[in-house]
Amino acid sequence: MPAQRWRNLLVQTLIAAGLLALLWWLLDATATNMRERGIRSGFDFLLEPAGFGIGESLLPFDSTDSALWALAAGLANTLRVALPAIFISTMLGTLVGLGRLSPNLLLRKLCAAYVEALRNVPLLLQLLAWYFIVTDLLPAASEALQLAPHVFLSKSGLSVPWLGGDDGLLDLPQRGAMNVSGGAAMTPEYLALLLGLSLYTAAYVAETVRAGIAAVPRGQSEAALALGLTRLQNFRLVLLPQALRGIIPPLTNQHLSLTKNASLAVAIGYPELVSVANTTLNQTGRAAECIALIMAVYLILSLLTAWLSAWLERRSGRWADRS
Amino acid sequence: MRLPTIALTLLLLAHAPAHAGKTLDQVRQRAQLACGVSTGVIGFSATDSQGRWNGMDVDICRAIAAAVLNDAAKVKYVPLNAQQRFTALQSGEIDLLSRNTTWTLTRDASLGLHFTAVTYYDGQGFLVPRKLKISSAKQLKNAEICVQSGTTTEKNLGDWFKAQGIKVKPVVFEKFEASIKAFFSGRCQAYTTDASALAFIRSKEAPNPDDYVVLPELISKEPLGPVVRRGDDEWFAIVKWVIFALIEAEEYGITQANLEQMKASPDPAIQRLLGGAEDSGKLLGLERDWAARAVKAVGNYGEIFQRNVGSASPLKLPRGANALWNKGGLLYAPPVR
Repeated sequence: MPAQRWRNLLVQTLIAAGLLALLWWLLDATATNMRERGIRSGFDFLLEPAGFGIGESLLPFDSTDSALWALAAGLANTLRVALPAIFISTMLGTLVGLGRLSPNLLLRKLCAAYVEALRNVPLLLQLLAWYFIVTDLLPAASEALQLAPHVFLSKSGLSVPWLGGDDGLLDLPQRGAMNVSGGAAMTPEYLALLLGLSLYTAAYVAETVRAGIAAVPRGQSEAALALGLTRLQNFRLVLLPQALRGIIPPLTNQHLSLTKNASLAVAIGYPELVSVANTTLNQTGRAAECIALIMAVYLILSLLTAWLSAWLERRSGRWADRS
Repeated sequence: MRLPTIALTLLLLAHAPAHAGKTLDQVRQRAQLACGVSTGVIGFSATDSQGRWNGMDVDICRAIAAAVLNDAAKVKYVPLNAQQRFTALQSGEIDLLSRNTTWTLTRDASLGLHFTAVTYYDGQGFLVPRKLKISSAKQLKNAEICVQSGTTTEKNLGDWFKAQGIKVKPVVFEKFEASIKAFFSGRCQAYTTDASALAFIRSKEAPNPDDYVVLPELISKEPLGPVVRRGDDEWFAIVKWVIFALIEAEEYGITQANLEQMKASPDPAIQRLLGGAEDSGKLLGLERDWAARAVKAVGNYGEIFQRNVGSASPLKLPRGANALWNKGGLLYAPPVR
């Protein structure tokens, strides 16, 4: 029915055009209003010196570097916490999810309790709790615990030797008058955020894994065991390949929310992207621009993650078909 | 900044104002002054146990409501965090931003705003634990310094230590409560913010005030004052002159208590200020007794200071730079004439 198809195409084009017009109107009205009220706009501020310091940064950063570099340092800090947290939460979540399917009653109940406790308390509260536990329990920086030569643990975090330093070889942490300096430091903010994000997301991952495995028809396991496969072989060769197809899409969602949840770090003082962008916003007053930048960065991060997961899904699909 | 804030900011910026340049008419029409204040800075703008707003910045709102609407209670207080404050003013959500905001070139020249007058001269300082035995901020090498985000504080910190050639690590918190909790738990070796707030933090928030000292250095100039939108010169003038009138009232010794006697004073300057001999209100688009109403509502500048941050308050801050020009301070109001 070509007439029907043309009509559908026309309707879709009109809707798309309407959406674009709405978006354009929103941007144009914002720009016009800002101009009329004498509010400077534009992204030129990105190349000006940032003027503020960043407490811990993976990228070398100084207050005379540009605002753009400050945002890059913030993004690097976001990834520095998000990537390890994705890894830890996936590993831990898988174990807990499998634990919930275990024939062992105690293990099953413990894993269920973990999931219910962690996912029913708001993440922000968990982060604050971890942070204050970490900072309250550890000794003051001037009385840092020495765990090993040149490894110190205190309220200032965990300091370990790292490459670089004045002699260009190894930068050794030293106990100073006030605190420990030198080496690579994992601050309490970073540790609390990593811990909080990993444990919280692991609860969701556990449920995803459990649901994925439970979704494989019972007959599959029964057939595998009847054929003489061991429990491990059954899991590795029969259950997992079929379960993965159901697990990967919701797992991607968890990884996406973890990355976005990293922005809660502003509450506990970890300088990630949103924290740095907030500071930039305050120094320059460019609210619309800074917010647009944050949104664009998260959009790109999310699209990349989604793309990666789609690729994994196709691969796991192939793998499942082949086995 | 959460998603709703982001969406709100964009919508507010896209929404066109109904009557730009007619703030006075709008305030009169709705019989209420929308005043942007902080979410809680003791002495400047904070709520008491009954939920009433108090503080120097709040008194400025009340004085302007009294001058314009003849009722200091007709104020709607809009608590704003540091990120929201300028957008709220730009978009017309508030008529006046009276929220311990530092007057800087960037803000004045690029945000579509006008700073009206300085109501408090502040400076950034440091609070450190006494047991570190530090007597100068120059000894803070490699120190971790707790700071709240959304202020000029972070940039001052960067600038000053850059100039001293000292490296420090800022630990930046979004919320005031989290930042001081971290400091008092020993996470940082120093806490930095405006000196007025340090005095309060030491006396009210410290587990034991004697364990902490405020360092002598002030590393920045922080002239704080109310801000209005650009494009409405009449409103700009009203806010400015109500503040000048409060300062001038102190200069002439006009207080909340002696206001009625002062109205009979033979001094032409006092007559002019209180609307006896000349009608200065007409030029501003206000009633004849605009300045008298403001003083009646909140007292003169000195009374506002003593009540909120000075000797009659828990903060007990000295007048210092905030004394009148003829008493060794910086406060100097252009003459009301």
